[in-house]
Amino acid sequence: MSNPSPKPSPQRRSLIKAGGAAAIGAALPLRYAHSQGQRLKIGVLLPRSGIQAQFGQDSIRGIEVAMDVLPGRGYAAPELVHADYETKVDLARANAEKLIDQGCQVIIGCYDSGATIAAAQVCEQKGIPLVVNVAAAPAITDGRFKTVFRNFPTGPMIATDGFLLQKELFQMTGRPPKSGVLLHANDTFGTTQRDATVKLIEKFDMPYKLLDTIAYDPAAKDLSAEVRKAKSTDAELVWIITRLNDAILMVREMVKQRWQPLGIVSSGPGPYDDPFLKQLGKLSDDIVNLIPWFDPNKPMSKAMAGAWEKRYPDRNLNTSHSHSFEALLIALDAHKRAGTTEPAKLIEALRATDIKENVTVGPGIKFNASGQNPDTKNSGVQNRGGKLIPIVPKAAAAGTPIWPMRAWDKR
Amino acid sequence: MNPADLANATIAGLLTGLVYGLSALGLSVIFGVIRIVNFAHGEFMVIGMFVALILFRLFGLDPLWSIAPTAIALFVVGYTLQRWVVSRVSHLPDHMQFLLLAGIAIMIVSGCLLIFGPDAQGVQVPYALDSFAIGALIIDKARLYAAICAVVFALLLLLFFKYSATGRAIRACADNYLGAKVVGLDIDRLYALTFGIGTACVGAAGCILLLIVEAHPYLAPGYTLLAFVIVIVGGMGSLFGALLGGILIGVSEQLAAIVMQPSLKSAFSFGLLILVLLLRPQGILGKRTT
Repeated sequence: MSNPSPKPSPQRRSLIKAGGAAAIGAALPLRYAHSQGQRLKIGVLLPRSGIQAQFGQDSIRGIEVAMDVLPGRGYAAPELVHADYETKVDLARANAEKLIDQGCQVIIGCYDSGATIAAAQVCEQKGIPLVVNVAAAPAITDGRFKTVFRNFPTGPMIATDGFLLQKELFQMTGRPPKSGVLLHANDTFGTTQRDATVKLIEKFDMPYKLLDTIAYDPAAKDLSAEVRKAKSTDAELVWIITRLNDAILMVREMVKQRWQPLGIVSSGPGPYDDPFLKQLGKLSDDIVNLIPWFDPNKPMSKAMAGAWEKRYPDRNLNTSHSHSFEALLIALDAHKRAGTTEPAKLIEALRATDIKENVTVGPGIKFNASGQNPDTKNSGVQNRGGKLIPIVPKAAAAGTPIWPMRAWDKR
Repeated sequence: MNPADLANATIAGLLTGLVYGLSALGLSVIFGVIRIVNFAHGEFMVIGMFVALILFRLFGLDPLWSIAPTAIALFVVGYTLQRWVVSRVSHLPDHMQFLLLAGIAIMIVSGCLLIFGPDAQGVQVPYALDSFAIGALIIDKARLYAAICAVVFALLLLLFFKYSATGRAIRACADNYLGAKVVGLDIDRLYALTFGIGTACVGAAGCILLLIVEAHPYLAPGYTLLAFVIVIVGGMGSLFGALLGGILIGVSEQLAAIVMQPSLKSAFSFGLLILVLLLRPQGILGKRTT
């Protein structure tokens, strides 16, 4: 049997109290000093599982590559805390709170617009900055949030750029379509873009008439009926706004139903993702993605591509990677200029962001009063032989377009 | 609406519905005999899809040729699960059994995610993107072959239950549990066999479905729900009912998509479910319980 610990004598107790007080007193200035040069703690909130797991995993890859590149370019390496919201909006809200409770001073996320809005509400309430990597819903930067910063175009910006890029493409190739049909995922992203497209098409005086818009469940396991309905319009141009699995199903159905349109353009994820390219092989070729992209000619893009090649030689760089890379760049740049990890100071620094050396298409990164980078631009990127070739705008191109698309059986 | 489009939609719905029917058959068999609702149903189908995928990648085996080995493997899994796990909770209230099977379902999804990752993965058989054209009718080859295999497998199952001694013994257990015990049938073994047959069915359906759908771990809950809808529409415990339910759901979804909006497909099948529950709660071919 062990002896009970002797009760501390009054002198000993005083000594312990004095020691404790000294320790706390000593720690306070240290803690303050520490916050000045402290490592930035960033919460990375993404859908790492669930229906959008593929995109969440891709976003993580972009952040990993940024961690390889940015510390060597004068940015302090941060501490990352990862949280998976399982593609569930309610969990995005709960996990944003958890990340903040764990001491994260910045949140990066959330890929999905619905989840981003949920996380933005929490960040706004707690005064923590949210740097959006990917999410296009206009509501995110319509002025209601003061702590949200987005370097990704809104749905209307994507649609606007989409029209301009198509015009450039048709002008370059001399073969505009006369009619079009829009197939879109029936989620926040898809419907936002559909609304913007339908609203803006008249304004841009496009050479084709949009004959129908067809909404479908992005988790659908079979899209034969949707493709059949689209085919019945006999449209020359097929405009798709998809996720990943639905994009694969859609192209397969088009081939099976022997539907050969003049061309397919996409303004969503899916057709530029590696599983799409690998699973469809030659059938994935010639689709033109009108999407936020990186400018391969910028020096930072070359550094990103070099690091990417080392880490993931078998995968293509895409939007999820480049915009997640840039989200980390934005957070680290603000930390560098603020010189502290205090969220309020970080928010001030984020408002004053002016990054010239970045990766995405456009003049650089600056935020307007509502936290949106209004100058970020899209590219037209064509799938070709398992690679992604920017074809428009000319200034950020790395190849010439193939248009009309080649017949399914002649590739 | 172009009549050719309607005809194409009906054929596609019929062919897909037969595969749905086979997958729901497994659920119906297990419920009809053991009276346990298998909440891990879709997950077993996804296992079947991944087994077929592995066999395709390792040996270049067409998923249709993978049906036999996959069904045998899943029979063993189902048999073992019933004999040593599910049977231990069969005396407990229904919700305890549901929780056990829901737990198994979550474990399967997590396991698949760990092993195969979240990416959708499919097989590229020579006829995968081919179709037969008869005038304006276009029949997807993969869907046609899948439907033929589903019908053959379902027929073999029906013959087994009708003519084999074991099949008749299983039916005896389903019809009169006490009577079956009194005449000396080994109920535990027969229940394990039934669960094995049910999972074999769903495994076979997984192989067939791989021709039409890419495999990924999160497919499972959707298919579990779909199987419930089919079985309730067709009649719980009725084998023909499951096939009929599959066809009805397949065709109605296709027609709803083409006549109305594709995003209304699911609403239409659930509408059918509500209608059946209101007008004929036991399902179209189900027996009314007394």
